Amino acid sequence: MDTTYIFLQHYWWFLVSLLGALFVFLMFVQGGQTLIYTLGKSEDERTLIINVLGRKWEFTFTTLVTFGGAFFASFPLFYSTSFGGAYWVWMLILICFVVQAVAYEFRSKANNFLGKKTYEAFLLVNGLGGTVLVGTAVGTLFTGANFTVNHANIADITGGNLTISQWKSPFGGLEAVWENPLNVMLGLAVFFLARILGILYITNSVDNSNILTRAKKRLLYETVPFLVFFLGFLVCILLSNGYAIGDQQTILTGVPYKYLNNFLAMPAVLAIFLAGVVGVLWGIGKTYLSKQTYTKGIWFAGIGTVLTVLALLLIAGYNNTPYYRSNFDPQSSLTIFNSSSSKFTLTAMSIVSVAIVFVLAYIVYFWRVMNKKKLTIEEIKSESHTY
Amino acid sequence: MLNHVFLSVLEWSRLQFALTAIFHWFFVPLTLGISFIIAIMETIYVRTGNEFWKKVVKFWMTIFGINFAIGVATGIILEFEFGTNWSNYSWFVGDIFGAPLAIEGILAFFMESTFIAIMFFGWNKIGRKTHLTASWLTAFGANISALWILVANGWMQNPVGMKFNPDNARNEMESFWDVLFNPSAIAKFLHTVTSAYVLSAIVVVAISAWFLLKGREKIFAKKSIIVASVFGLLSSAALIITGDTSANNIAQTQPMKLAAMEGLYKGKEGVGLSVFGILTPGKEANDGKDAFLFNIEVPKLLSFMGYRNSDAFVAGVEDLINGGFVPSYSDRDGNKITAELSAEEKIRRGKEAIASFAKYTEEKKAGNEVARDGARDELFKNINYFGYGYLNSPSSIVPNVPLCYYSFRIMVGLGFLFIIVFIVMLCGVLKKDREIGKWALRLAILSAPLVYIASQAGWIVAEMGRQPWAIQDLLPTVAATSRVDASAVMITFFLFFVLFSILLAAELKILFSQIKKGPNISNE
Repeated sequence: MDTTYIFLQHYWWFLVSLLGALFVFLMFVQGGQTLIYTLGKSEDERTLIINVLGRKWEFTFTTLVTFGGAFFASFPLFYSTSFGGAYWVWMLILICFVVQAVAYEFRSKANNFLGKKTYEAFLLVNGLGGTVLVGTAVGTLFTGANFTVNHANIADITGGNLTISQWKSPFGGLEAVWENPLNVMLGLAVFFLARILGILYITNSVDNSNILTRAKKRLLYETVPFLVFFLGFLVCILLSNGYAIGDQQTILTGVPYKYLNNFLAMPAVLAIFLAGVVGVLWGIGKTYLSKQTYTKGIWFAGIGTVLTVLALLLIAGYNNTPYYRSNFDPQSSLTIFNSSSSKFTLTAMSIVSVAIVFVLAYIVYFWRVMNKKKLTIEEIKSESHTY
Repeated sequence: MLNHVFLSVLEWSRLQFALTAIFHWFFVPLTLGISFIIAIMETIYVRTGNEFWKKVVKFWMTIFGINFAIGVATGIILEFEFGTNWSNYSWFVGDIFGAPLAIEGILAFFMESTFIAIMFFGWNKIGRKTHLTASWLTAFGANISALWILVANGWMQNPVGMKFNPDNARNEMESFWDVLFNPSAIAKFLHTVTSAYVLSAIVVVAISAWFLLKGREKIFAKKSIIVASVFGLLSSAALIITGDTSANNIAQTQPMKLAAMEGLYKGKEGVGLSVFGILTPGKEANDGKDAFLFNIEVPKLLSFMGYRNSDAFVAGVEDLINGGFVPSYSDRDGNKITAELSAEEKIRRGKEAIASFAKYTEEKKAGNEVARDGARDELFKNINYFGYGYLNSPSSIVPNVPLCYYSFRIMVGLGFLFIIVFIVMLCGVLKKDREIGKWALRLAILSAPLVYIASQAGWIVAEMGRQPWAIQDLLPTVAATSRVDASAVMITFFLFFVLFSILLAAELKILFSQIKKGPNISNE
């Protein structure tokens, strides 16, 4: 048993989970995009909201791209199995993000061909489709999918059945929607969480009393469905049977309370999870209940989101749990051991990963510099570059 | 039936990847170069304190921003398509190919996205020098992104630094430095970014020429032409050097691509470089027809460019199919080849390698250690031909010769035209006593669409010239695809085609409108 290799596989699952968690937090941009018309009643107010979100959209986008690259590099079998199989889910997610990338830049430009409203609709498509679909796709890490993995396929030159990872559903991943309601439940939880974070971010970043009043009121309407969907998903997952990695890397099925046991077996992860949940609830509660405008809610809820999602992804892959189980052929399930890159590649990338600390440091520094002053309608009108 | 469906998936997957890559490359090269041009202009602004330059910078930044957004939009598709459409590829070489993509995200994309926001929105929030630093870092971030993805592409042209692992049917990295400093990767990066700088310089010159033709913003236009032409000339010089290095690399590692680029069917010693020719329509390898209806060439230049020896033997398409010659290139391990194998023999050895791999897997499963090790030894005897085992006919190793030949000439020919444009425009604006002729301004404006054609033609040579391989000699595209319904890929192909076409139309409309609006500096 190569303990260094096992450590590296755990380390990269942690990094990928962290990137995924940061991505969910940064989806406050997407959540905010679905609230443009709810929080902004005049053209100026909507422009203010769009501009405050637009200054951060690239971070969310970049985190998604980096998440994809890091997943590819560290667990390429997931990339080839899920992306090549759940074709339609990933393609729809991509389309939702493609339209976002241009929407901000093109929206307020003269002669923009499609009109302002179309670009705002793109933002809505991204905010709604992006969050729900990403959440639904992540749900399959807990509920599984229908695929087989057979390395010997690549030698089937006479039969022409060369693909190693094969999807066993004709719906290209869309079956996740109807095969297990938990997937969509997580998708909706992510959607409402993104809206909550969007509200908290806008509260933190704009100086406009009308928007702030509406945002505060709206918070409760988003929190209730979020809690219903999130707690529903969580309880079902914790009480459900799961898969486990047995001796000789064989996959055991029907392991009772697998995810609950993972929390109990890894108290540190449980602590991260609980701290995260408290953070999210504190951020929401304090913002909603404060008599004065409380603007720091995004930091509690944001860090809380990162911790919660991180902990959930860790129980999906740690403690001998297959992180992507095959309901069709359990032995094809993906684990952090059978799907990872080689020890050499993980080592090389781990050295590069030291740079993440430096990257995070400059992002935090310049984020603070850019957000020091709250954005107003007047400032936007005086800017040379606006969305 | 199955075979038919599989081929259809292959064709649609290739079309979709080509479509998304072509669209992506419409927008990216301008951002790679114009970001440096902007940083240079802003440096002048910070050094002189002249507000004129700030307005110049802001105008070009708008052009940059419009392109950047759509470049990002088209880029994300490409990254995920490696998984969605090229599932086997992702696993077979993901251990090597994934790392540059991850490093690209960590080191470059965040740099780019952090500093681009400061560049656009930081004018009143940070000091001038910090802003200038952000502009330079945006440019470096964009170019470092290009470095990593081009290292990955260079590796596809010349796979080095890895070993096949039969236990999990994939190639595993053995040397990070071999992958990073792969000569093909370095050449690919330098040639591509310098071509992007030339493209950006031409676009800046063309837009400025339009203002001069309209008699608007003359000072702005002239100053922009000076900066862009000097930048473009220096980049063109670098482009010629990196182009020569690229050709030299191709000769060493992808002799079939070189033969296709040159329309060279029968190899010989002291081969000339075809300047321009008309290929014989319908020409096939070994059909006895002349390759050219008409050809003008520079004697011995191809031999010299390929092997630094004007009398070197350059293999043609037919030599590479038939084998039996002594090549001027070495094998992947750097050993001299005494007689090149025929394609047929390579295919036979490849099929043996694949059969040995299948046997290895079976014997391992059955627990027969001796038989397993025997199969493993057999596999590694023929491992260098593994990819050939997926091919069925010797002629399938030949890429589309006319496409490669003409694309190469379009790229190089236009590259030299742009040098003339830079010189004419630079001399024109530096002459104080008279205005630049209208013909020269029109030529400069016409160069803008031409530079995009040249740039795309370069990628056609690189990617179509590599066919039938996804990874040279290692994995043909036919074995690299996902098992998706052909109809699904067909639908997404058209979805992307329609979506990107609409976005391109929107981008061009906005771009032209912003250009017409101008920088509003002066009415002179």
